Amino acid sequence: MNRHLAAAALLAVLSGSAWAGPPDPADPLASVMWDVLRPELFGTAPVQFDERVTVTAPDNAENAAAVPVMADATALGAVEEMVLFADLNPFPVILRFQPLAAKPVIATRFKVQQATPLRAAARTPDGVWHIGGKLLDAAGGGCTAAPATYAAADWADHVGEVQARAWTPAGEDKTTRLRFLVRHPMDTGLVAGIPAYFIEALTLRDSEGRALARLQTAEPLSENPVFTLEVQPGPGARGLTLDGRDNQGGEVKAAIPLPWVQGSVQGALP
Amino acid sequence: MRALLSFLLLILSAAPGWAAGPLAYHLKPVAIAPDTWIFEGTREHFTRANGGNILNPGFIVTEEGVIVIQTGPSRRFGEEMRAAIATVTDKPIRKVFVSNLHPDYWLGNRAFADVPIAALPGTIEGIKAEGAGMTENMYRLVGDWMRGTEPLAPTEAVYGSTVVFGSHRLRLIPLEGHTAADLAILDETTGVLFAGGVVFSDRTPTTPHADIGKWLAALDALEALDVTVLVPNHGRIRSDKAAIAQTRDWLTWLDGTLRGRAEAGADMAELLDLPIPDRFAGMGVLREEYRRSVSHLWPRIEQTVLLRVN
Repeated sequence: MNRHLAAAALLAVLSGSAWAGPPDPADPLASVMWDVLRPELFGTAPVQFDERVTVTAPDNAENAAAVPVMADATALGAVEEMVLFADLNPFPVILRFQPLAAKPVIATRFKVQQATPLRAAARTPDGVWHIGGKLLDAAGGGCTAAPATYAAADWADHVGEVQARAWTPAGEDKTTRLRFLVRHPMDTGLVAGIPAYFIEALTLRDSEGRALARLQTAEPLSENPVFTLEVQPGPGARGLTLDGRDNQGGEVKAAIPLPWVQGSVQGALP
Repeated sequence: MRALLSFLLLILSAAPGWAAGPLAYHLKPVAIAPDTWIFEGTREHFTRANGGNILNPGFIVTEEGVIVIQTGPSRRFGEEMRAAIATVTDKPIRKVFVSNLHPDYWLGNRAFADVPIAALPGTIEGIKAEGAGMTENMYRLVGDWMRGTEPLAPTEAVYGSTVVFGSHRLRLIPLEGHTAADLAILDETTGVLFAGGVVFSDRTPTTPHADIGKWLAALDALEALDVTVLVPNHGRIRSDKAAIAQTRDWLTWLDGTLRGRAEAGADMAELLDLPIPDRFAGMGVLREEYRRSVSHLWPRIEQTVLLRVN
């Protein structure tokens, strides 16, 4: 946190005089952290607050260790990258997401340390970041509580296990809903005596090796993190693969079967 | 220390903004059966306006003294309860029963620290484990009403049994499902059932410690009893068992709907604004409690539809 703040502050000072383009629009959530996060997350790229990027989450976090959130930027059309962040968390960035062959929509659960603005930013091909968000109230403490994982003596045997399911494509764009969970404590490093231990990267590919989505995951994701995505595997793909690693070198590797679809084999023939 | 406190009190009482007087619940005992009174709470969630007064605690005046059932959400509430009981009878408090570990059932215990406070063993363990955290959260939710409130765990473990106080035979019924230990009390003498947290009446059930399957079984057990007046711990007092049916209907719909949505591939965030059938529209804090329930119940339900792949 301190490192991030210092870096952000430095960046803000360095870039202050060289700021190009029109002044930023006012932050609709009036966050005290916005002036720090803006250069840290978006550099000098243009930003706009945009209601087409929706963030669905409860108004009040019932469980500070697992707040559900869904970010949806499909109304923007093509999106190259999304960032999900909570301004007042000790680690603001929850995840970064590149929807390569996927809709720009992602849902997960995260830990919240105190009441905070919760936002999703989506970068369109013109380089503009479109930002939506809402305020989340919380009793907090989610980032400094020990994970429940350690209550089980054999927890280490299960790290990296994946539970997943893909649903039959639906809708006009024939995207496949994919939900997966990775067993991992996702330690923030803020609990005394427990070093940071969290999944850093996950990549989804179809069985033909085409990358569908890349995720950079961070400390605030809930233990045993769960993700919901809308992916577009190639027509001949029979399944998906998930590859990833945590910050201590542990690997995540899984093959996820796709539901059988009538005519899919025929469609795949040359 | 005492001098400092007196000084602070002096300043506070002299402050102009204090003219409205200190916070008060203005509790009024309502007679519901022979020797039996309750304090009827609002059908809301904890707020700074209601001070956490959302519960229906009660008391039975027996020849051996007063039996108190639940002590309310704060020390102030417990003290007001005690004062209100004294307007009805000059008999001493004989015993207090606490039905479960949720904060509004027992945070008034400090006002009854001089008498035995009884609860199921699971409730006592739960309060010892989670009581401090729940107390802190209550300060956050209702603020100054909580002043002086500190957790005090029940002092006496009770089990399924029938106990006699004067002419009142009380059947202590251990249940589970709303929490890991739910105590219902049937006064066999009057037919009044203090249902504990298991029955809600026109108020949406709360599920932070719920096991729906066990809860439905507990409702079946209560359905079989001979009851003249049913005191749900939240919501309207009834002279029939409609509240049991309403609680069952809600829990069945809630569990079935979440399971159905999980099977269809929904994410937890997508459930927050799910339509709720009109027949539940009359229940207090409907959408708010529904969302809390999603948070409590969904992760375990989700586990059943995501299959191990590596």
